[in-house]
Amino acid sequence: MLPDLLHAIVLLGNYVVVPGLAYASQLALGALGITLVFGILRFANLAHGDLMAFGTMVAVLVTWQFQAWGLGLGPLPTGLLALPVAILAASAAALAADRLVFRYYRRVRSAPIVLVMASVGVMFILNGIVRFIIGPNDQSFSDGARFIIKAREFRQLTGLEEGLAIKTTQCLTVAVAVMVVAALFWFLQRTRTGKSMRAYSDNEDLALLSGINPDRVVAITWVIAASLAAIAGTLYGLDKSFKPFTYFQLLLPMFAAAIVGGIGQPLGAIAGGFIVAFSELTVTYAYKKFLHYMLPEAWEPAGLAQLLSTDYKFAVSFVILVLVLLFRPTGLFRGRLL
Amino acid sequence: MTVSRRTLFAWLAIAAALAVVGAGQSWSLALSIANLCLISAVMALSVNIQWGYAGLFNVGIMGFAALGGLATVLVSKPPVPDAWAAGGTGLLGALLAAAAAVALTAGLARLLPRNRWRAPLLAVCLVACYLAVRALFDPAVDAIEAVEPAKTGYLGGLGLPILFSWAVGGLFAAAAAWVIGRIALGLRSDYFAIATLGIAEIIIAVLKNEDWLARGVKNVTGLGRPVPYEVDLQRDPDFIDRVAWLYGSTLEGLADDARVAALRDLVVQSSGLFVKLCYAGLFVAVLAVIFWLSERALRSPWGRMMHAIRDNETAAGAMGKDVTRLHRQVFILGSAVAGIAGAMLVTLDGQFTPASYVPLRFSFLVWVMVIIGGSGNNQGAVIGGFLIWLVWIEAEPVGLWLIDALTAGLGEGHGLREHLLEAAAHTRPLVMGLTLLVVMRFAPRGLVPEHRGR
Repeated sequence: MLPDLLHAIVLLGNYVVVPGLAYASQLALGALGITLVFGILRFANLAHGDLMAFGTMVAVLVTWQFQAWGLGLGPLPTGLLALPVAILAASAAALAADRLVFRYYRRVRSAPIVLVMASVGVMFILNGIVRFIIGPNDQSFSDGARFIIKAREFRQLTGLEEGLAIKTTQCLTVAVAVMVVAALFWFLQRTRTGKSMRAYSDNEDLALLSGINPDRVVAITWVIAASLAAIAGTLYGLDKSFKPFTYFQLLLPMFAAAIVGGIGQPLGAIAGGFIVAFSELTVTYAYKKFLHYMLPEAWEPAGLAQLLSTDYKFAVSFVILVLVLLFRPTGLFRGRLL
Repeated sequence: MTVSRRTLFAWLAIAAALAVVGAGQSWSLALSIANLCLISAVMALSVNIQWGYAGLFNVGIMGFAALGGLATVLVSKPPVPDAWAAGGTGLLGALLAAAAAVALTAGLARLLPRNRWRAPLLAVCLVACYLAVRALFDPAVDAIEAVEPAKTGYLGGLGLPILFSWAVGGLFAAAAAWVIGRIALGLRSDYFAIATLGIAEIIIAVLKNEDWLARGVKNVTGLGRPVPYEVDLQRDPDFIDRVAWLYGSTLEGLADDARVAALRDLVVQSSGLFVKLCYAGLFVAVLAVIFWLSERALRSPWGRMMHAIRDNETAAGAMGKDVTRLHRQVFILGSAVAGIAGAMLVTLDGQFTPASYVPLRFSFLVWVMVIIGGSGNNQGAVIGGFLIWLVWIEAEPVGLWLIDALTAGLGEGHGLREHLLEAAAHTRPLVMGLTLLVVMRFAPRGLVPEHRGR
C-alpha cells in the first residue's frame, strides 16, 4: 500500500507540482508588472503580453549571437546571460511608449478606458515589431543541461516505478523568481523610491503634496514592470518555447492573477499567480494513473479522469477571474477597488 | 441624416482607392476587397452600437463573430443521420441533464442557509453534477465523432438555405451575450474588457475542440451559397448571350476563332465578377438595414437615454434609469450584429475554419475601425470599416513594394533583404497601431466626428 501512495505522490509531483511551480513563478512575475502599472498608473495595460514578447525576442536574438560567439554558462542556459540586454530593451520600449503615448493622456486626465485603448495601440505596434523582426513562429533558444534529474535516474535512485523529472529551466525559473521578488520587496519596503511609489499608489494627491515627483515614480514603475515582463517572458520561453501569440494569450491568466490577489498588492499578485497556475494544472490533469494507485482495482475509471481538456485552460483563469470579481472584487489581499 | 463634406470626401477617397486597386491589380480583387469592406462595416456598426452609444468596451467581437460562423454550419449543412443515430439521443440527454444540474445547483443555492457549510456543499454538488453529465456526454460524443471522421464526424446541420443562418447567427450571438452580460456587465470598464477578451478565447477554444458540433479544427468546407456558382453561369446560354451583348464592341472586329476564344475568356471573367457583385448586393442590403435601424434607434428616446448613460452613468442612474439593464440591452444588440457579420463572412468564404479566428484581426481591428471612423457616429463607423480594411489588406502589398524598392540596392539574395521581404506581411499590425495612436492623439473624435447637440 505504501509504495502505491508514494507512487501517487511522485506522479503528482512530476506532472502537477514541478511544472506548476515554474508556471506559477512566471505568471507571478508577469502579474507583478500588471499590478504595479494598474496600481500606480491606474489602467489595465493590455500591451503587457506583447511587452513580454518584445523582451523575450531580444533575449532570443542575443542568445543566438552569444551562441555564435561560443559564449555560454556551461550547464545553465545562455538565455540567462542575455537577460540584462532584454531587460534594458524592454525598459527602453516601455519608457518610449510612456513618453510618446501614455504621458499625454495622463496630462489631460483622460478616463482610464482611453488609456486602455491607447495600450491596444501600443500592443499592435509591439506585436508588429516582434513579428517583423523574428516572425510569428515557434523559436527554441534553451541550451545547457536539459535536466537536473531525469525520470530514469530518479527511478534508479529510489527504486520506485514512477519517475520525477526536474528540468534545469524549471529550477532556474523558481530560483530567479524568488530572487527577483525578494529584491522587489526590499526595494518597495525599504528604499525611499519604493516608499514614494507605494505612497503614490495609495493616495496620489497626498503624495504630490508631500513633494514626490510623479514623473520619476511613473518612469520607475515602467522600468520595473518592463524588467519583470522581460524576466518572466524569457523564463517562460526557456521553459517552453517562444511564440509571440502565446505571450498575448498569457494576458488573461496574468490579469486573473493580478485581480485575484488584489490590484496594487504585490504579495497578492504572487499568490494569484500560484492560484491560477495550480488551478489550471489540477483541473486539466488526467487523473487516470493517479487513481490507479489510489483506488482498489475495481473502482478504476475507464476514461482519462480529466476534468477539463487541456485546451480549455483559459476557461480556468477566466472562471477564477469572474468569481473573484463577483464575490470579492478587492481580491484576496484587499487591493484597491479601481 | 446629413452628409457632411468630410463624409463625401472620405467616400471619394475610398472609391478612388478601390479604383486604383481595380486598375492596378484586378477588378476581381477590388470587388473581393469591397465585399470584405462591407462585412467590416457591419462589424464596425456592432462595435459602434456598444461603444459609441453606451460606452461598453467589448473586445470579444471575435467570439460573437465565430458564433455567427457556427450558425452557418448548423443551418446550412445537411444533417448526418448516422451520427444522429449513433449519439444524438445520448447527447440530447446529456444536454438536458446539464440543464437539470444547473437548475438543481441554483435551487440548492437558494434553499441552503447561509452558514459555513453552504459553499462546500454547493461545490460538492457542482462537481458531482459535472461528473454525472460528463458520464452521459463523453460516450455520445465519441460515438458521433467516430462516424466517418474524415468526412463528417459531427451531427451536421438542418440543411436549410444559408441565408437563414445570417439571422440565426445574430440570434446565437445575442443568446451568448445575454448569458455573458448577466456575469460580466456591471464590472468596471477595464474589467469588462478583460472579461470579454477571455470569453472570446473560450468560445474559440470550444469551437476548436468540440468536433461533434462543427468538426473543430478539421473545418467544415463546401458550405452552400446564396448566389449562383461560376461553373453554372458559364454553362448558362442566357448569361453567355448577355456577356456577348455587353462586350459587343470588343468582340465585333475579331475573326470567328478568335471571337469564340475571347468570348470564353470574357464569360469566365464575368462569371466571377457577377458572383461577387451578387454577394455585394446582399451585403449592401444587410448593411443598409442595420444602418437604418441603428440610426433610428440613436435618434429615438432610447438612443438619447443611451447617450446620457454613456456621458454620465451616475447622473443617469440618479434620474432613475436602470443602467445595468440598458447596458445589457445594448450589449445583446451589438453582439447580435457581430454575429450577423460573422455569418456573412463565413458564407462569403464558403468554409468555417475556427483556427482562423485571431483577436488581432477580429476584435482589435474592428475597434480601430470605429475609433478612426468616429465613435458614436454610424456613418463614421461604416467609413472606418471600409478605410481600415483597405489599409489592412493593402499594407502587405504596399509594404512589400516599399521594402522591395528600398532594399533593391542590397542586391538579390542578400540576407537582410530576404528577411525583410518575408516579414512584409507583419507591417500590418505596425501600420494599424500607428494609425490608431495618431488618430486617438490628434483627432480623438475620429475622421467623421459624432454630431453633438440637437
